[in-house]
Amino acid sequence: MNHSALHPAGLHAAQIAHLGLTFLIVSCAVYVMVIGVLLAVLIRRRRRGSDPNTLSRSERRALIGVGVAVGITTVVVTALAISEFVTRRSLEQDTGEPLHVRIIGHQWWWEVQYSSDSGAGQVQTANELHIPVGRPVQLQMTSQDVIHSFWVPNLQGKRDLIPGRTTHISLVADQPGRYEGQCAEFCGFQHAKMRIVVDAQSPADFDAWRQVQLQSAREPVSDLERRGKQVFENSTCVMCHAIQGSLASGTIGPDLTHVGSRSSIAAGTLPNTPQTLVLWIANPSAVKPGTAMPSAALSGEDLRSLATYLASLK
Amino acid sequence: MSYPEENEAALHRTWSERPGWLGWLMAVNHRTIAKRYLVTTLLFFVAAGIMALLMRLQLARPENTFLDTDRYSQLFSMHGSVMMFLFAVPIMEAVGVYLVPLMVGARNIAFPRLNAFSYWIFLFGGLMFFAAFLLNTGPEAGWFSYVPLAGPDYSPGKRTDFWAQLITFTELSALVVSIEIIVTALKMRAPGMSLDRIPLLVWAEVVTAFMVIFAMPAVMLSSTFLITDRLVSTHFYNPAGGGDPLLWQHLFWFFGHPEVYIIFVPALGMISQIIPTFARRPVVGYLGLVMALVITAFLAFGLWVHHMFATGLPPLGMSFFTAASILIAIPTGLQIFCWIATLATGGQVRFATPLLFVIGFFFTFIIGGLTGVWLGSTTLDSQLHDTYFVVAHLHYVLIGGAIMPLFGAFYFWFPKVTGRLLSESLGKWNFWLFFIGFHVTFFPMHALGLDGMTRRIYTYGADRGWQELNLVATVGAFILAISVLVFIVNVIVSLRRGALAGDNPWNASTLEWATRSPPPPYNFQFIPVVESRDPLWQKGERRHVVGLSNEVRSVLITAIHDAQPDHTTTFPSPSLWPLLSALATTGLFVGSIFTPWAVLWGSIPVAVGLIGWFWPSHRETEINRRLEIKPESPAR
Repeated sequence: MNHSALHPAGLHAAQIAHLGLTFLIVSCAVYVMVIGVLLAVLIRRRRRGSDPNTLSRSERRALIGVGVAVGITTVVVTALAISEFVTRRSLEQDTGEPLHVRIIGHQWWWEVQYSSDSGAGQVQTANELHIPVGRPVQLQMTSQDVIHSFWVPNLQGKRDLIPGRTTHISLVADQPGRYEGQCAEFCGFQHAKMRIVVDAQSPADFDAWRQVQLQSAREPVSDLERRGKQVFENSTCVMCHAIQGSLASGTIGPDLTHVGSRSSIAAGTLPNTPQTLVLWIANPSAVKPGTAMPSAALSGEDLRSLATYLASLK
Repeated sequence: MSYPEENEAALHRTWSERPGWLGWLMAVNHRTIAKRYLVTTLLFFVAAGIMALLMRLQLARPENTFLDTDRYSQLFSMHGSVMMFLFAVPIMEAVGVYLVPLMVGARNIAFPRLNAFSYWIFLFGGLMFFAAFLLNTGPEAGWFSYVPLAGPDYSPGKRTDFWAQLITFTELSALVVSIEIIVTALKMRAPGMSLDRIPLLVWAEVVTAFMVIFAMPAVMLSSTFLITDRLVSTHFYNPAGGGDPLLWQHLFWFFGHPEVYIIFVPALGMISQIIPTFARRPVVGYLGLVMALVITAFLAFGLWVHHMFATGLPPLGMSFFTAASILIAIPTGLQIFCWIATLATGGQVRFATPLLFVIGFFFTFIIGGLTGVWLGSTTLDSQLHDTYFVVAHLHYVLIGGAIMPLFGAFYFWFPKVTGRLLSESLGKWNFWLFFIGFHVTFFPMHALGLDGMTRRIYTYGADRGWQELNLVATVGAFILAISVLVFIVNVIVSLRRGALAGDNPWNASTLEWATRSPPPPYNFQFIPVVESRDPLWQKGERRHVVGLSNEVRSVLITAIHDAQPDHTTTFPSPSLWPLLSALATTGLFVGSIFTPWAVLWGSIPVAVGLIGWFWPSHRETEINRRLEIKPESPAR
């Protein structure tokens, strides 16, 4: 339901599904007609003998039938092509001031950047795209490594993320909800585990979410969390990850400032809980073979505190 | 001995292959080579089919651990590459290599040594590819090898290099076969077989051969760019170095879309031979059918961008490619209507296995053709692209459009090739298991694609709700596998115990049925003279050519448009040089995977092989001089 092109939850997907229905009806009619004629021809008994020289006399009559059928085919495909052009034109029309979001593809996760409205700081997150319901969202997309493709079937068709280029697509959600998406262009060993979720929220909820995301990371409160932060800052984590408000400012991996607020980790591979975080950090390659994230040589106690700290970063 | 017997004995001496294993390696007869092609391609087909079964097992349930992602990536890349490059294209050409000379009344294919060379190159390329796969060096970036994923940065190691070099092997062999088929069909037809009397399968093979010649250079270029990017650090596809990853896609699909028609068009030709035979009348709309093949070939080169709609191209370009993609439904529709009209105005239909497979084609291919119209629409394609809907579509057009007619063709021409008919009862099992297995496997994939299941994923989460339909598809794949097994059993049993076929078991109309089954090494004792489109259905005595030498491999060359006799020429005898040249070429190709210097040093043995190949022998020169006849009157 929440990953199906047949259950549109946005203007674009709805128009595409509508066009699809037209094509489906026409296709079914064509199929039934052609196969119906074929069956009638095959089933009919006849006593015309089997001499090719007499049978070939009916060529002219047969050709008229063929001509009529080709004419109908031409009309049908022309009509379908026109309905396609009309739909595409209406899909390309602007529907108001869009929210600009930049998406960068990585093997195998999605980096999501919200450009700053009114000079406020930039929001960075990963594998989750929060959008306000009813407002068009313009995605500017590129890739850091290989070609990926952004696809959330309930909302819009797909668009590739190509290194060295910027591609655009706009979408809008009509109803609040969580819509699943997945990378659609084969991008290596973990192409299957490169999911993204679009969280369409009411404008008020979206603004609230955005305000939280704009803040620096929450300071640790318990001893365990404090130790976790220490572990984070003193281990290899900081080479790749950033947490605003800490010493960590790596840019290779996902920004973890509000990692605790996300529903899953490793691009939809695991639900986001302290237990799964331990599992993931201890040995990422076991969860997602081929991932760029190395396993951390940490003691069990360090791992637990680190996971607790990260989970607290709501 | 009477003259015909003497003539036959002399022809036999002249045209037979040499005896022994050395003779086996020196073979140049088109039917010998074609049979090797057929057996080899069918073995590759079975191997790639087994890979598909392994993938279906992995996908039968969510979060399955039967295959890891590395193994799965290699399997789907192999499956696609083998099916396209080592099965579908070469088997369609093999049918052409076998049938085109017979159908036009020739004694052998043009350039017979080149034909032998093409087979060896094809075989060695295929063996190299499978050897690499068995050594865990199979391709991992898909049969389409999109850069940068297949480039030096993201596919280190030699896996992609073996893939790129496989392309070089198969394209080389496909190109030379195409040239042979074109020359045979245009210059070696029996006298009187003017352009409007050429059997439709020959037309289809000629059109296909021209498509190969125009399409293959694009992929040879793109794969060579890929090899040099990987081997000597050029930057054709590297955006950081001024290259462009989309350049690969344009070049690859400029080849890749015609490739589909290269597989499909010969199958159309097969249908155009089978249907009139069973309808007992000449095909309706011969001229329209030929034009449809040619138009399809032209349009095929204007469609490639519909594989790239998701890359975000300018709207005007998209409209052009949408129009071209949807337009191709018209020539395809024309052919389908002509065939139905042929059946409708023909005699009582006999439902033999070849015709069953052709009827299966109608039921299956039309679905694939209609979903193809969907995919030609940029709007719908944006949802359907790279999902299981496309997997369903492509198997409907390729299996329904090409492989079902191909199986029909196996049943139709098997008696000509072996002298024995395939069993009809096993044939019915073969057909029904194939038809049911196919639809059970691939129909559910339409729904999976619409439900968001993307292609080339090695696993999926249980939360997706895709498991039921995937399980159904896996069950279907095994039914399909059983059907292929039935076919293999049928071939083995019928080879020993099948009913003897006689010259023309189906009472068909074209020249290959005028000679013995299997045909003698020289194909026809006398080259026939053709006076109509369906020579064997013509009433009255059939005429033939006399005066061709039976002491040397003398063949008649005729004019392109009306097939008036023009001159005779002597065909080369069996030779070991094609094999040696192919071995030298293989050394060069495989070596260049590892070092660019192999291109330099490897060209020396290739040059030696080619010089040996063309070195004239004293014996043949002597005979030719003795047989040379001075024209009696200088003017003609």
